[in-house]
Amino acid sequence: MDWAYFLQQLINGLTLGAIYGLIAIGYTMVYGIIGMINFAHGEIYMLGAFHSLITFLICQAAGISGILPLTLLLMLVVSMVLTSVYGWGVERIAYRPLRGSFRLAALISAIGMSIFLQNFVQIAQGARVKPMQPLIEGGIVLMESANFDVLLSYMQMIIIVLTFVLMVVFSTLIAKTSLGRAQRACEQDRTMAGLLGVNVDRTISTTFVMGAALAAVAGMMVTLYYGVIDFYIGFLAGVKAFTAAVLGGIGSLPGAMLGGLLIGLIEAFWSGYLTIEYKDVATFGILVLVLIFRPWGLLGKPEVEKV
Amino acid sequence: MSAFLTSSRISGAEIAKELAFFAVIALMMSVMILGVETVDRPTGLELAVRWDLVLTAIVSTMIGRLALIMRRENMSRIGQAVLITLAAIAVFEMFVRFRELDDRWAHPVILDMASSSITSVIVALAFIGIIFTIAYFSKKTAVAEADTAPKLGAKIQLAYRSNTKKIGALGIAFFVIFPFLFGENRSAIDLATLVMIYIMLGWGLNIVVGLAGLLDLGYVAFYAVGAYSYALLSQNFDLSFWLCLPLAGIFAASFGIILGFPVLRLRGDYLAIVTLGFGEIIRVILINWYDLTGGPDGISSIERPSFFGFADFSRRVPEGNIGFNELFGLEYSSMHRLIFLYYLILVLALVTSFVTTRLRKLPIGRAWEALREDEIACRSLGINPTNTKLSAFAIGAMFGGFAGAFFATRQGFISPESFTFLESAVILAIVVLGGMGSQIGVVLAAIVMIGFPEMFRELAEYRMLIFGAGMVAIMLWRPRGLLSFRDPTILLNMSTKDKVAGEVK
Repeated sequence: MDWAYFLQQLINGLTLGAIYGLIAIGYTMVYGIIGMINFAHGEIYMLGAFHSLITFLICQAAGISGILPLTLLLMLVVSMVLTSVYGWGVERIAYRPLRGSFRLAALISAIGMSIFLQNFVQIAQGARVKPMQPLIEGGIVLMESANFDVLLSYMQMIIIVLTFVLMVVFSTLIAKTSLGRAQRACEQDRTMAGLLGVNVDRTISTTFVMGAALAAVAGMMVTLYYGVIDFYIGFLAGVKAFTAAVLGGIGSLPGAMLGGLLIGLIEAFWSGYLTIEYKDVATFGILVLVLIFRPWGLLGKPEVEKV
Repeated sequence: MSAFLTSSRISGAEIAKELAFFAVIALMMSVMILGVETVDRPTGLELAVRWDLVLTAIVSTMIGRLALIMRRENMSRIGQAVLITLAAIAVFEMFVRFRELDDRWAHPVILDMASSSITSVIVALAFIGIIFTIAYFSKKTAVAEADTAPKLGAKIQLAYRSNTKKIGALGIAFFVIFPFLFGENRSAIDLATLVMIYIMLGWGLNIVVGLAGLLDLGYVAFYAVGAYSYALLSQNFDLSFWLCLPLAGIFAASFGIILGFPVLRLRGDYLAIVTLGFGEIIRVILINWYDLTGGPDGISSIERPSFFGFADFSRRVPEGNIGFNELFGLEYSSMHRLIFLYYLILVLALVTSFVTTRLRKLPIGRAWEALREDEIACRSLGINPTNTKLSAFAIGAMFGGFAGAFFATRQGFISPESFTFLESAVILAIVVLGGMGSQIGVVLAAIVMIGFPEMFRELAEYRMLIFGAGMVAIMLWRPRGLLSFRDPTILLNMSTKDKVAGEVK
């Protein structure tokens, strides 16, 4: 067994998993609070990627792209803010009027929204793949072996650390603040929360905004990590992130992160040791297995159906 | 102006505040995605600023919001309609400007477009008129005026619900004589065939979603299985279409059973995602199993169907066969095959519909509907949910397989491109938009969703944009679909007409 190869796949898998985990949090929060799959969440992530790319180009045009930390910070903040507005708008237009209505209606409207956003970006920004030069290069060689060196790039370090920090921040937000309390209350019983003076509409909007902000971070990291984006990246990433959320136990924040990491690792090892073509099949296969044997996920609680 | 806008409930300042808020939102949404274009240059990406698009986006949002405020506060209906029309024109202008407009200071393009010729003036006026009328007469206006519109709606509803059979028969008659009306028009027949394929798929999926209440987002997988099984059987074993058609159905149904068996215990949304996953798995396998399926290149020159094995449609009839035109003593025409294919899909679709309506009256169909309404109650009454769901899944899949085999023989070429998630979404949208469980609704929705976009091909890149927006809009307008009244299939001591009449009042 080649440990160097194994270690490299592990690092790649963790990086990919961190990105999936960030998107998965958006799914899990929305599903927890209103019980629907936010089908357009993948597109929100794609919009985040585009926002960060355009911010970078503006920085470049303004001549401040030489100051790397400032550029990165600007990309992060601008893309988080602007993408969350999209998250808010999607909820406001496509989901809020259908809340309390027939469940399939919300899902269809979500699918429609997803198609709309995809084509909107395609028209506005063109169908071609957008390239971006690598901003952060280099890394640390962890291990040297006969065939190749195991490299932990600075970009990967940033992704993993940033994801970890965001996880801690958001978990604290949900566990400690009054906003988080309102969210948990709405998750348990929306009507009762409303009667007790929680502004349910605002809480749900905030949930969408938070999910979109995290998806924007994921989008920015993908832009920097892979260096290419197009208008279609949202679909597959969205489905995989949803798989991650289900795997971890939908409604659970640590579960989403864990599920994301697992999916990332599975994908990395599958393409590293087996076939790269069938990596998506592996992901979906795992989703099916989890749903059959443990539909409530790894960290979720089983739901008892009552009459 | 202020008197025109203010009402007893809302002050001008509040309106201004709300408008400013939405202007900021519109600015934030559009400033980068619309306002900055990334242009590919050999040296890398470059930027082009499109401030005019941002401006139109903000203006249209503000006008639209003002109209919504007026609607909410029950203010001047004409004012509302004017504002909505203005907002629509602004949105239109925005989308026109997308296209190859380099001069950002150019006048509103819509003025040039509208005044270029007499027809364009008429088209523009018609466009404005239609939007104005819709805005003026749409519901949710003042309470005092509310009684006329719903009354008309109720009359239509009553007429529809008590005459569904007649409407259905009329529809069938129309589709049967369609080739005689447009016999020489190739594109009309092609379009009708395409719509008919989607009607059949919609009816097939209706069994799963509408009757059994199982949300299937991967229906296209069965369509693909049917198409590929016909293509492969006919190429590798030289079987004819008429033999392959049932085989394709059987294959698709067995796939339905294999896939359905492990997952049918899952609840709604989970089932949706798993079926979506299955759809993608099938597509990925089709792309990567190069030896069997030809991978992304697909399978080409698939055999066309013969006239029930008696006669051939091609110009040069192979040795030992007889041409269709010779058999009936007609001039050779390439339209014969197309019209034959049209009738073939019409018959297949009608079979689907007929089987569905029959099954609904059988115990199994009743069990599907009961299961959709309440699974726990069904269990208590001794219905086996897994077997019942599995039968719905398999029968739905079988019709998907038939449609797939037809698709393969009509196109003569198939590739994984034709079986993406978008197709599943479109079929599901047809079922849900039509009103779940409604057979006529599916026809209506298929015409709206497939026919209209195909007719407006020149809108090319805007087609899917409008499609997506339309899906959202129809759901907001009628969440249960265009024609859905959830009539029970059986009534005790009452005719449908009485019941409907009682309900509508």
